[in-house]
Amino acid sequence: MATTAHSQHNYIKIFIILSVLTVIEIGVTFLGLPKMLIATMLITLAVWKAALVAMHFMHLKLEKKTLSIVAIIPFILCVFLILMLLPDIYPR
Amino acid sequence: MSEAVAVHGGVEPAETPLTPESWGKLGMWLFLAGDAMSFGGLIVGYGILRHASKTWPVPAQVLGINLTAFMTFLLIVSSVWMVLALAAIQEGNKARFNKFLGLTILGGAMFLGCQAYEWNHLLGHRLPELKLFFSTDLFATTFFVLTGFHGMHVTGGVIYNSCVLAAVNRGRYQAKHVEIAGLYWHFVDLVWILIFTFVYLL
Repeated sequence: MATTAHSQHNYIKIFIILSVLTVIEIGVTFLGLPKMLIATMLITLAVWKAALVAMHFMHLKLEKKTLSIVAIIPFILCVFLILMLLPDIYPR
Repeated sequence: MSEAVAVHGGVEPAETPLTPESWGKLGMWLFLAGDAMSFGGLIVGYGILRHASKTWPVPAQVLGINLTAFMTFLLIVSSVWMVLALAAIQEGNKARFNKFLGLTILGGAMFLGCQAYEWNHLLGHRLPELKLFFSTDLFATTFFVLTGFHGMHVTGGVIYNSCVLAAVNRGRYQAKHVEIAGLYWHFVDLVWILIFTFVYLL
């Protein structure tokens, strides 16, 4: 019972962090900073939020390593996809 | 006999560190990995088309972010309700489970309602005003493909969660089934976090 109460407390904490990060994301777009800086900040915040959801709501933090390996593969392949398409984006 | 049980109790000699505790859970994760690659392909394609286009409208000015920020909030809250529903059924608290899974489904349905309103507004007024037509303009096309693909996932999730709610109340599903449904629902939330950033904010 005590552990359940604790984990629920933890879920609410993650919810508050996610909400605050969303507000920061929206706030960042109004700051009028250089485009590259805004893009970097937004992508960092988005990946951070996605990781919070995966780690805490999807319990990846508590699972065996198998599931983390399964979860990380699509992201590796996406990076690979971008790298493979770079010659098309910047043709010489 | 009882001594032997005491000695070996809790030890599973055949288990390797990589064996998942539930095959259903592993199955859902494998499906989600494949689904993530679909979304990944679409998002990367979107990024490359946008990068290669000479002109691209500022998304926030065309789409507006007030409603979408609310939709993001809805999905995050809905995700929290899902974990609370799982915690409730793990404790065996059926009433609390019904309440929270019901709220989860309601959150998803409200998200879909907002998206229907948004699409209606964009297709009927906003995009024609700006001469950004679906199927001729890349901005409009990629927008509808990405949010549409995600919207279909939310629709599927609302149906899936409703089936889980019914099956638990008939006594056919237990906590482990709810956990697997939760994985899908949180994934939909996770993808929306990325789409909200890439399509609306960037």
